[in-house]
Amino acid sequence: MLELRDVFKVLGGRPVLGGMSLRVERGQTLVIVGPSGVGKSVTLQHMVGLMRPDAGQVLVEGEDIQSTHGAGRERILNKFGMLFQSGALINWMTVFENVALPLYEKTPMGDAEIREAVNAKLALVGLEEHGHKYPAAISGGMKKRAGLARAIVRDPQIVLYDEPTSGLDPVLSRTIDRLILDLQKKLGVTSVVVTHDLSSAFMVGDMVAMLEAGRVVECLPPAEFVKSANPFVQEFIEAQFAGAGRLPAAKRG
Amino acid sequence: MKIYEPEYLKPPENVIAAAGRGLLLTLRNTGRGLSILFEALFWTLTIVPVLQHRREVVRQGFICGIKSLPVTATVALFTGMILALQAGLVLRDYGQQVQVGTLVSQTMCREMGPFMTALILSASVGSAMAAELATMTVSEEIAALHVMSINPVRFLVMPRLAAMMVMCPALTVFTNVVGILGGMLVAYTQLNVSPTAYYENAMHYLHNKEIYVGLLKAWEFSLIITGVSCYQGLSATNGAVGVGLATRRSVVISFLLVLVTGYFITRFFC
Ligand SMILES: Nc1ncnc2c1ncn2[C@@H]1O[C@H](COP(=O)(O)OP(=O)(O)OP(=O)(O)O)[C@@H](O)[C@H]1O
Ligand SMILES: [Mg+2]
Repeated sequence: MLELRDVFKVLGGRPVLGGMSLRVERGQTLVIVGPSGVGKSVTLQHMVGLMRPDAGQVLVEGEDIQSTHGAGRERILNKFGMLFQSGALINWMTVFENVALPLYEKTPMGDAEIREAVNAKLALVGLEEHGHKYPAAISGGMKKRAGLARAIVRDPQIVLYDEPTSGLDPVLSRTIDRLILDLQKKLGVTSVVVTHDLSSAFMVGDMVAMLEAGRVVECLPPAEFVKSANPFVQEFIEAQFAGAGRLPAAKRG
Repeated sequence: MKIYEPEYLKPPENVIAAAGRGLLLTLRNTGRGLSILFEALFWTLTIVPVLQHRREVVRQGFICGIKSLPVTATVALFTGMILALQAGLVLRDYGQQVQVGTLVSQTMCREMGPFMTALILSASVGSAMAAELATMTVSEEIAALHVMSINPVRFLVMPRLAAMMVMCPALTVFTNVVGILGGMLVAYTQLNVSPTAYYENAMHYLHNKEIYVGLLKAWEFSLIITGVSCYQGLSATNGAVGVGLATRRSVVISFLLVLVTGYFITRFFC
């Protein structure tokens, strides 16, 4: 469905991706984890053609995204929804208008229909009461959720999430995780989730990929991922759950 | 669809290399700026996108037209007054102060009206456009538009261009009128030229051609200001520093282009 083949990319005079190969099957969720600055967001940007690889290919259903232009590119992009790390809401439009934007611009839907669709998505992310606010007037976590609502408003086949739960409290994080799972189960959405939150990764992921130095060093289902002997993976997992040892035994999970 | 990736090159090794790099970059930026401008012009002239985004076009028109009225009026008034005073004092030595109306109306309509309006618009509206689009660029909003396959030129540049193309000439007419009135004020109070004499002189030698050349300039300046500002905004990189740089460049480059192309329009059309 979505594949990176041996992608190389130099940014700022420094190799960021060095032969990255990844594959997501239809209807599956791939979770990408890795240290900050390793190139996770850059990987996502390659998947939607925002960046052109220096070498290698990005294939969407077997089609090289960089070899398409105009209408062909648009046809591919219509399959995608993307949540940016910063939310990337248009700052002079309200939350509602932001979520409605792809519908207004790209579909022939009427106003009433759009209102209904947007309100449904806002309710999914718990923002139904904040539609009239401007991005500057809402919190970071609310921006994330608004960005998420916008990413899924056209019911895309592939959704890319850049840190969907960072900046959210644990309860909301699990709500978003369930939303991601629901989209996969009910609508068969193919997803790529970038996250630092391993509980979230194990909850939503069919496969978990660990990036290090611009390459995938481990890509396994969650159950096997935790048992991986790879030192980077071990270090990452230990760091994540370091505080758990201080909890009373009954609360550990 | 254009994607702006920052480019990182090694610093040039000597003066010739630096000059060559500078020339190439200037040519590249000119080309990209023009292509954005022509694309936006195309969308504007096909009308349908303008109607689809009429709310945004009106909003932009309000920002660049109505909100710059007070400063435009002040500048225009004093420009006319300075012109009248300056010319009037010389003309009085020859007893010709009654001619001051001609001088003010000609200069305002052909040169100072469009020029002053363009300076005000590029300093206030152009810089704001550059800063706004640059902020959107560095905060991934433009990238988000690309992913939604919304064309940023059609969505962001077109409304600004459409508004500017209407408002710049309209404000220029306003500047001309206010400037000529300012001249009248000075002529009456300082030079003892009666308003009727001033008015008759001002209108008698003012031909349609001068007015049209002035409006042609105003229209061309609107393209320059929007094209430069939007290109600088859309090609910003590097966070907040990049936003500052884009804003600064947009004003400096617009000023220079307004000045230089203004001269050539006068040279070839008058
Ligand atoms: N447009 C760019 N220009 C130059 N360098 C860039 C650009 N985008 C990313 N980089 C560099 O690429 C590297 C990877 O960045 P990326 O944003 O993908 O990190 P990340 O893995 O998403 O990190 P985080 O978890 O903190 O979001 C960083 O070192 C960054 O400096
Ligand atoms: Mg990132």
